[in-house]
Amino acid sequence: MENRVMGNLVIVEHDNNEVGAATLHAVTAAQQIGGDIDLLVAGENCSAVADAAAKIAGVSSVKLADDAKFGHHLAENLASLIVDVAAGYTHVLASATTFGKNVMPRAAALLDKAQISEIVEVKSPDTFVRPIYAGNALATVQSSDDIKMITVRTIKFEPAATEGGSASVEAISGGTDAGLSSWVSQAVSNNDQVDLTSAKIVVSGGRGMQNGDNFSMLHSVAAKLGAAVGASRAAVDSGFVPNELQVGQTGKVIAPDLYIAVGISGAIQHLAGMKESKVIVAINNDSEAPIFQVADYGLVADLFEAVPELDAAL
Amino acid sequence: MKILVCVKRVLDPQVKARVKADESGVDLANAKMTMNPFCENALEEALRLREAGVVEEIIVASVGGGKTEETLRHGLAMGADRAIQVVTEDALEPLGIAKVLKQIAEQEGVGMVIAGKQAIDDDSNQTAQMLSALLGWSQATYCSEIKIEGDMATVTREVDAGLETIQVKMPAVMSADLRLNEPRYVKLPDVMKAKRKPMDKIELDSLGLDTANRLTTLKVEEPEGRAAGVIVNSVSELVEKLRNEAKVI
Repeated sequence: MENRVMGNLVIVEHDNNEVGAATLHAVTAAQQIGGDIDLLVAGENCSAVADAAAKIAGVSSVKLADDAKFGHHLAENLASLIVDVAAGYTHVLASATTFGKNVMPRAAALLDKAQISEIVEVKSPDTFVRPIYAGNALATVQSSDDIKMITVRTIKFEPAATEGGSASVEAISGGTDAGLSSWVSQAVSNNDQVDLTSAKIVVSGGRGMQNGDNFSMLHSVAAKLGAAVGASRAAVDSGFVPNELQVGQTGKVIAPDLYIAVGISGAIQHLAGMKESKVIVAINNDSEAPIFQVADYGLVADLFEAVPELDAAL
Repeated sequence: MKILVCVKRVLDPQVKARVKADESGVDLANAKMTMNPFCENALEEALRLREAGVVEEIIVASVGGGKTEETLRHGLAMGADRAIQVVTEDALEPLGIAKVLKQIAEQEGVGMVIAGKQAIDDDSNQTAQMLSALLGWSQATYCSEIKIEGDMATVTREVDAGLETIQVKMPAVMSADLRLNEPRYVKLPDVMKAKRKPMDKIELDSLGLDTANRLTTLKVEEPEGRAAGVIVNSVSELVEKLRNEAKVI
């Protein structure tokens, strides 16, 4: 194995206009690994993203691949670019969002490297901690690969400062247009609501909400608290709310200051997505529900009485 | 079209994982095991594609030791036509699994591979993407809807922002999300029928692949538990505690 100078490449998640907040957490993980930090911005008409990325504290340089083939971050094209750029680095990181989880394993396989998914701690440049079994166990793993391909669980790393850096921006080419897939459409979520992954307070509903209309009670409470609304898998599977609200092992993993679980029993896979919250409140009429085992404050009550009362008290 | 469905045997999702006292891993001795839930979604979709006339033959495959056969038999009972077990007692990483599955997909000449989006034991969420890369095929992960027309598929994907629709050229590797379908229940006659369906066993070593693991697990430990909370008696008490004790509102 050649003796590489330690260097991190962080793949920037963005919408061709702004740097995604999740990337800032991956930059912090790279800082903890040590060595230079370069960012890769791949997209279409995305120079504003590169300019913003260059201001992130601690960044050495930004590589900008501005090309129509990267416009929608299709995995085949973006992975081929990552492969071209990764050769000079010891660590390639992305956030463990659906963006990073989609493209990073593809790039890793093309490089014949393992991927270390969803790290929550950097022990040393080759040793990381990652949750397994829905977070019921933490594995410490050591990588023997010369390029470590990593996705970063955002809640365990503070975001890097968006100001203070003065990195250079270098336009690069590379990657291929595989011509295998094309983007058709994106169903736009309700943008006037608070973002679930970065909200300080989250009010979540489960099967106990009984239907989608009843979520209006939670939206009312959330509006007063400046909170986002989330949901358990049971609520999403039942069609009460759309998939992007799902909190859990295979949905979003969040750690707000306050998490209010309403009518949620607390299945293992749901706890995996919210048990790092600073303060957890559970409102459920079943005193035996497992959610009470992780709740700081439990209220055994009929949610259809308790939630309107809570709304009125705020 | 032949379709390959990749499945994994995992700890039953209703069972809480317990870490071994020597911190070498999770204790699976005598634990209830099952087919990974996302793999059931993948297999269910293959069955529906066969019912719709898009797929002629469904091969269900898994990599693992002795009891992996039980999981494959479950797949046959759900309705797969035949099974392939690549036999090894080693726990391969997703990259090694993807190399094995690539060889199976090519040997069988399948036109599509579908897998679960992640296994609920190691939560890696890698194998489908890696397999797609190694085959050089189109990739469609986290599918909640799949429509195949000729050599194109239109796929709706569950992403953080909501739902994304993409078109992919076939052949493709896809991974199933939970809302793709509701897996069917297996009936007893299907279990009996599954016993007579073909089950090929291939020794991993006979494939001549480099499936060496790149990661060494140094330690597996339990996360810190949360301190016990309190039960409040009223909404007003709850609000008072959130304001004055926890100071979060």
